[in-house]
Amino acid sequence: MSRAPRRTTAPFGRRAAEVTQAERLGAYVLISALDGGGPTDPVPGQFYMLATGERWGGGTDERPYLGRAFSFARARPDPGGLTLQFLLEAIGPGTARLAGLEVGDALLLVGPLGIGFDAPEAPQHALLVGGGIGVAPLLGLADSLEGAPGATLLGFRGAAHAAAGELFSSQPQIATDDGSVGAAGLVTDLLAPHLEGQALDARVYACGPPAMLEAVRALCAAAGVDAQLALESGMACGFGACFGCVVPTRDGLIRLCLDGPVLNADRLDSALVPGAGH
Amino acid sequence: MDGSVDLCGVELGGPILNGSGTFDAIAARRVFGAALDREFPFDAFVSKTITLEPRAGNPPPRLWETAAGMLNSIGLPNRGLAGFLESDLPQLASLPVPLIVSVMGFSAREVAELVGAVSERAEVSLIELNVSCPNVETGLVMGADPTETAALLDVVRPLAGKPLIVKLSPNASAPEDVARAAEAHGADAVSLINTLKGTALAPGRNRPWLGGQGGGLSGPAVRPVALAQVAAVSAAIELPVIGMGGITSGAHAADFLSAGARCIAIGTESFRDPAAAGRVRADLAAIIRKEREEI
Ligand SMILES: Cc1cc2nc3c(=O)[nH]c(=O)nc-3n(C[C@H](O)[C@H](O)[C@H](O)COP(=O)(O)OP(=O)(O)OC[C@H]3O[C@@H](n4cnc5c(N)ncnc54)[C@H](O)[C@@H]3O)c2cc1C
Ligand SMILES: Cc1cc2nc3c(=O)[nH]c(=O)nc-3n(C[C@H](O)[C@H](O)[C@H](O)COP(=O)(O)O)c2cc1C
Ligand code: FES
Repeated sequence: MSRAPRRTTAPFGRRAAEVTQAERLGAYVLISALDGGGPTDPVPGQFYMLATGERWGGGTDERPYLGRAFSFARARPDPGGLTLQFLLEAIGPGTARLAGLEVGDALLLVGPLGIGFDAPEAPQHALLVGGGIGVAPLLGLADSLEGAPGATLLGFRGAAHAAAGELFSSQPQIATDDGSVGAAGLVTDLLAPHLEGQALDARVYACGPPAMLEAVRALCAAAGVDAQLALESGMACGFGACFGCVVPTRDGLIRLCLDGPVLNADRLDSALVPGAGH
Repeated sequence: MDGSVDLCGVELGGPILNGSGTFDAIAARRVFGAALDREFPFDAFVSKTITLEPRAGNPPPRLWETAAGMLNSIGLPNRGLAGFLESDLPQLASLPVPLIVSVMGFSAREVAELVGAVSERAEVSLIELNVSCPNVETGLVMGADPTETAALLDVVRPLAGKPLIVKLSPNASAPEDVARAAEAHGADAVSLINTLKGTALAPGRNRPWLGGQGGGLSGPAVRPVALAQVAAVSAAIELPVIGMGGITSGAHAADFLSAGARCIAIGTESFRDPAAAGRVRADLAAIIRKEREEI
């Protein structure tokens, strides 16, 4: 039943986009940039390797040096190209630099890269499950659906992070660790009831921290529900050149930037990727 | 004024190669489509190092970013000789530039078998011997010492139907001595530098970050070391030298050529910008043009 991999090819080489907006959203920053040199139809779940045009290198620990991988959160065709939005949280030298971008600055990018989500047969079959910064690619997926998804379930640490829930127009159900917004608990607590009696048609689309993805994987496997998981691993190139981003699957180690980042959950024994992200 | 370069009798459109293992043209075709072949940034393409048997490579994590560079512990994942000849070689043969195949063995006999089999393929222009990969336990040995290198070439040279490039290890006490041994025992060119041995500890924990424990350092951080070694080796031998290590600009490439290199290779910089080599080529051509005008 698997369809052709959902990949839009990228122009060869790195190009500059212009930052058109940079807004704070609680704990996150939403960067908008006009990309005049790329395709206007990236697939939700695909990502870009980003760097700032200025002062990339020489920060804390004399990093960042390599580009950083970011899923696009939204993409909107505009006069002059495609406005890409990236949602990010400053957790280290690279994300800190990107979070400091101002309108008019250059954002260097390569992409779109990787394989995105498979579209659901019908919007209501899609169960979107996002944790923290992992909500980013689900925004693009929600936008691409011709109707409301069956459910949008989002989990955050607390109110500052839950602010990202406002970006969704699809009436998200929210859980926070501290109960400050929505239900107190984990997003997987919200998911469990949705899986009962779903089996055949539903498909879960999930992105979030490794422990959340692993819980989603296990729940879906037990319920016999299809799931597509957007994983993270440390990347140097994003286009299959370095063999650095491998993750273990049932078919052995695969390059996540090339054969992912979206993987069918049934390819994994575990979604806990060694050394991955935060 | 054409920029063509002779490398062991193979004519290249210019002096810019890729470092083995830093660009996968087959993967890049999937990502960039037809644009890759149309805008191909190298004047010859060097394959990732292949071994006799397939290898999965090292367990992740495999990458660690450093000040102006990175450590890798990739561990030479590849399909093995048979898989390479059957599935990779036909795809690489259709690239718009000459093909160099990089091989590594765990004994002289293994290297000889690889070189013999690869030599039979008309699609291959040159063969590079990776005797310097620091990631795999035994990888250091053959390229670390002049006698080992000489012994290896004595076994391999008679079976090689193509020019042989020996890729030197920067982790030897005197790479120029290894280069002299390579020249005396039948190498046709040398390339350097491979990655420098290094390691990093997981933040806040007292153990190595990399799945392979140690790794190899590359990128701008290694450039001064590479330039010194390229100069020393170029002064020691008559063979053409392919210089690499941290090159990110046309000016860096010009430095390596001044130090005596015939060709240069772009490695880690391609990770930041897949088309970096094309930019280096254009900038280098402009520098050379300007130098000629000033004479
Ligand atoms: C496909 C994909 C999509 C992504 N999408 C998004 C997104 O939409 N939004 C978003 O905010 N993030 C996203 N990320 C994560 C983002 O790429 C990382 O948060 C970012 O690279 C961190 O860079 P940094 O310099 O800020 O932090 P780093 O300091 O690089 O820290 C990040 C993690 O890397 C490890 N690390 C620490 N030091 C080093 C080092 N020297 N070398 C190597 N690893 C180290 C640690 O595990 C650390 O927790 C995505 C990642 C992938 C792979
Ligand atoms: C991720 C990575 C993988 C590499 N794999 C190989 C390899 O398979 N064979 C080899 O001879 N050199 C390999 N190298 C070394 C490079 O070809 C090159 O010699 C080195 O990186 C120095 O150049 P640079 O600083 O421009 O990257 C690798 C380097 C990196 C960073
Ligand atoms: S990040 Fe380099 S191969 Fe995936």
